[in-house]
Amino acid sequence: MTAVSDPRQMAYIAGQASDARVNVEIETEGMTLNIGPQHPATHGTLRIIVKLDGERVVAAEPVMGYMHRGYEKLSEVRTYPQVTTLVNRIDWLGSFANEVPFILAAERLMDVEAPPRAQWIRTALFELSRIANVVLFLGDMGVQLGAVTPVFFAFRDREFVLNQIEAVTGGRFHPNFDRIGGLKDDLPKGWIDETKGVLGRIRTFCDEMEDLVTGNEIFQSRTRGIGVIPADVGLSYGLSGANIRASGVDWDLRRDGGIGLVHDQLDWKVWTHPDGDSFARYWVRLQEVREACDMVDQLLDGIPSGPVMAKVPRIIKVPAGEAYVETENPLGVMGYYVVSKGDLVPYRVKIRSASFNNVSITPWLLEGTYVPDVVSILASLYFILGDIDR
Amino acid sequence: MIQLSSPDTASSPDTELPDAPTDAPRDALVAALADALGSNLVESHVEPGVDVWVRVTAEAWVETATVLRDRCAMTYFNFLSAVDWMPSPYGRDMDAQVDLSPDASDGSDATAGAAGSDAFETGVAGGETRFQLLARVHDPVGHVGITIKADLTGDRPEVDSWIGVYPGADWHEREAWEMFGISFRNHPNQVHLYLPSHFEGNPLRKDYPLLARRVKPWPGIVDVELMPGGDDEADGAEAEAGEAS
Repeated sequence: MTAVSDPRQMAYIAGQASDARVNVEIETEGMTLNIGPQHPATHGTLRIIVKLDGERVVAAEPVMGYMHRGYEKLSEVRTYPQVTTLVNRIDWLGSFANEVPFILAAERLMDVEAPPRAQWIRTALFELSRIANVVLFLGDMGVQLGAVTPVFFAFRDREFVLNQIEAVTGGRFHPNFDRIGGLKDDLPKGWIDETKGVLGRIRTFCDEMEDLVTGNEIFQSRTRGIGVIPADVGLSYGLSGANIRASGVDWDLRRDGGIGLVHDQLDWKVWTHPDGDSFARYWVRLQEVREACDMVDQLLDGIPSGPVMAKVPRIIKVPAGEAYVETENPLGVMGYYVVSKGDLVPYRVKIRSASFNNVSITPWLLEGTYVPDVVSILASLYFILGDIDR
Repeated sequence: MIQLSSPDTASSPDTELPDAPTDAPRDALVAALADALGSNLVESHVEPGVDVWVRVTAEAWVETATVLRDRCAMTYFNFLSAVDWMPSPYGRDMDAQVDLSPDASDGSDATAGAAGSDAFETGVAGGETRFQLLARVHDPVGHVGITIKADLTGDRPEVDSWIGVYPGADWHEREAWEMFGISFRNHPNQVHLYLPSHFEGNPLRKDYPLLARRVKPWPGIVDVELMPGGDDEADGAEAEAGEAS
């Protein structure tokens, strides 16, 4: 640029500039943007109607029900053992973990306790499904911000975990392995050593993520300070799991729930992060995968010998009563409120799934954010549509 | 007070054993609620070391939430739903090998709601009406949760919304509205959550038929066959189950 010295020219430029200043106030029209139902950020079919003013989100309204399968109604016409087949399909990335709280609720009503060996294997499978589930999140989080490599790493390494789950249960995605009073079968031969090898791979994967994603400047600038959830707001919306721990709430049902699983006999730590932003949610999950690897390691070393099934009747009738059992599932708190009238089938099953509450904060959270952040915030909340719609 | 149906609650405080376990935090919680709500706290039940239930009147529904949040540190909203205590007019088809004859279901369909309203067999902490609200909140520091129930009268019951106290109740109330037909006063957006907007009926009501079960009888019971040589074990197990219930 050349310097302007002529006063007439300067006056002209000043006039133009003041004109421009008037025109800077661009009229922005409201615009409605449909995100989904088919969108890679949504792990299923969630539609979000976003009202925009320029680049800014004025209102966001999630629309769900595209995957509503009516499990609460269907549970009322299934026997207790049959219900696990249904609930497997709620959070399909960590299916085994879905079965656990339901089985624990039925066990509490029946006053049955699984033998120690079953409890340890149950906890190990529970944590393995957490690894299989959250590993995919770690890769997926990168992809939402344009880093395509991590998701391939995630799919590659998750497969090893699924192989281990399949070796025990026979199913990669829908194990249907947990039984009232124990487990269907014992571990196959050589499984413990193989699993230890897989845990090594997952630890390497976590280190790779740390290198590739966590320290990445773009990733940091796209997630730090974005989508901040203060602790009290998160609590009033019923957020759970890593979403609430990333807001600094030190609450983990594995430590504080005191039910059925053997987490209290392990040496581990609950990770929290004070920031409450997208980055914190990602970071807490990354640490939790590492922690889960350590937990499975300890569980594999400590599995006691003995039977894997308590003595339960062949035809399971659950005594009348009500029980609510919740566990810390990969996506957050999952609970079943089971009402029994002493029949073969539950009278009513209320399924409290983690993602439903986690996503219910989106209208509050997305308001005032910018369009590109919508996707990264949604990804960082990490929900699975089966877990919302049930 | 109603006779409770649950076997756990049958041994109510009257028949307390000398070494009956107590649960200080949950008892204190019930005491605090009784203090704040007075006669609006209808009934309570503590299972020591496990859980606590309270039943309040529908008029005190929002007040209960406010008390729990502000005075009992229950800042965490867990879920809100409902239970339909009317036995299915389709009878016990859920655990019968064959469906009931269609005329039986026709006759009971209309009468069950009106005639049997005081004969409902309700669960923990009792109940008097067909529809019962069910909500749960949690203390994220003290790690105690509480289930709150409230009886709702009428076939299209109405109750005040919890959104002012727990904003997270929004979707849960929409779900209860579409699944049970319970309206929430002051709810800003009472529209369908899962089902299409032209959907009619309330699927989780017990008198809403599950079509799949109507066209095909339930196969569940025939699946369970005795294993060869396993008869005695199964018999013993049956006896055990009978004892427990």
